[in-house]
Amino acid sequence: MVMKVHGSVLSTAAMRVLIALNEKGLEFEFVPVDMRAGEHKKEHFLALNPFGQVPAFEDGDLKLFESRAITQYIAHVYEDKGTPLVCEGKPMATVVVWMEVEAHQFDPVGSKLQWELLLKPMFGMATDAAVVEENEAKLAKVLDIYEARLSQSKYLGCDCFTLADLHHLPILTNLMGTHVKKLFDARPKVSAWVADIMARPALAKVLAMRNQQ
Amino acid sequence: MVMKIYGSVNSTETTRVFAALYEKGLPFEFVPVDMRAGEHKEDHFLALNPFGQVPAFEDGDLKLFESRAITRYIAHKYAEKGTPLVYEGKPMAKVSARVEVKVAQESMESKLQCDFMLDRAADAAVIENMMATVNVWTEVEARQFDPVASKLQRELVHRQMFGVAPDAAVFEENGTELTKVLDIYEARLSQSKYLGCDFFTVADLHHLPALTNLMGTPARTLFDARPKVSAWVANLMARPAWVKVLALRNQY
Repeated sequence: MVMKVHGSVLSTAAMRVLIALNEKGLEFEFVPVDMRAGEHKKEHFLALNPFGQVPAFEDGDLKLFESRAITQYIAHVYEDKGTPLVCEGKPMATVVVWMEVEAHQFDPVGSKLQWELLLKPMFGMATDAAVVEENEAKLAKVLDIYEARLSQSKYLGCDCFTLADLHHLPILTNLMGTHVKKLFDARPKVSAWVADIMARPALAKVLAMRNQQ
Repeated sequence: MVMKIYGSVNSTETTRVFAALYEKGLPFEFVPVDMRAGEHKEDHFLALNPFGQVPAFEDGDLKLFESRAITRYIAHKYAEKGTPLVYEGKPMAKVSARVEVKVAQESMESKLQCDFMLDRAADAAVIENMMATVNVWTEVEARQFDPVASKLQRELVHRQMFGVAPDAAVFEENGTELTKVLDIYEARLSQSKYLGCDFFTVADLHHLPALTNLMGTPARTLFDARPKVSAWVANLMARPAWVKVLALRNQY
């Protein structure tokens, strides 16, 4: 029985899981959830994720939600397949630190910028310039720390590509299509890291999937 | 060389790490960081955590930050010591050795865990699935509970400490958000003894600092109103390891 991902191609959280599955070359079924129709708040979806958020995930009888729990499950259970998404032969501890950094320091700021600059206009709402400015300043500080880190380590968690890097991809892809890209471009190590991880074939496959739907 | 925790007893993130260390009965050195004096923004601290936040952690040459990365490290590295905080699909031989140590310990919970491990030892996949679910609820604490609980704590506890009146709108909004999360917890705890699985894990432990703070405020009514949640909170807060954390807190 094939793994199922319930979600929306526009959801950064769902994208995170789709990228991981593609990195590992795993077969899966994508089950679109019609968020505009509020499908994610209906009983049959709440049975998969009581928080009414995408994605939800099934592997046989196992039902999971929270994108970063799902990617970790995929990375662990299918560690022999495709790209290793953990640090091979090295302690995971530092990779876990930078996974927490993505979730705790980068994502809140990146999400707000994405909401203001991309999603609000899509829903016909006005961008709040003050919020954008405030969050750009916060992002700049985070990226200064990333610049220092990437001067010591090829990727964020260690010297190979791991979930610590992968988890950034959905929001990065969105922000690099806005004027916020200048914050990334202005920092050489960060800029090179962004170019490197965004050139990965797995991301290209997910974006192709997004463009089809 | 003993593990070092740099932080503040008033920081929920720091006490989260203490809880894990006490659960495992591990020795450690606490190095207080004077946050009022801005010590967490000074170079020597930024060398430990470039984000200038407590806690920071050292185990020999390994330096870590982000409280949930630290607890996870402790849970896995010291898996054989004290309370299991995570579960790993292990082959039978290793489990047997562990069980021998455990049956020497007195707690009923440990015995249940031993029996569980013995029953499931041949089936690493079952344990892996259980751990996958523990990870889900560990994420839930961090992404759903903590943002709301933090805002509420700032409003109710920290402003009280600094003599600033709470912002009524923030309290109302976050009270409603917390209610939604707790309704989901109530449903979950009707199916599972603890949040992640039938045993206490990091998924529960991570809540302790915020729970303790909120139970000392008007927000406690939200927890008291839900029987399963209320029992779970009482259970967690009564854990001897947590009592030790509060005792440590009172020393500073």
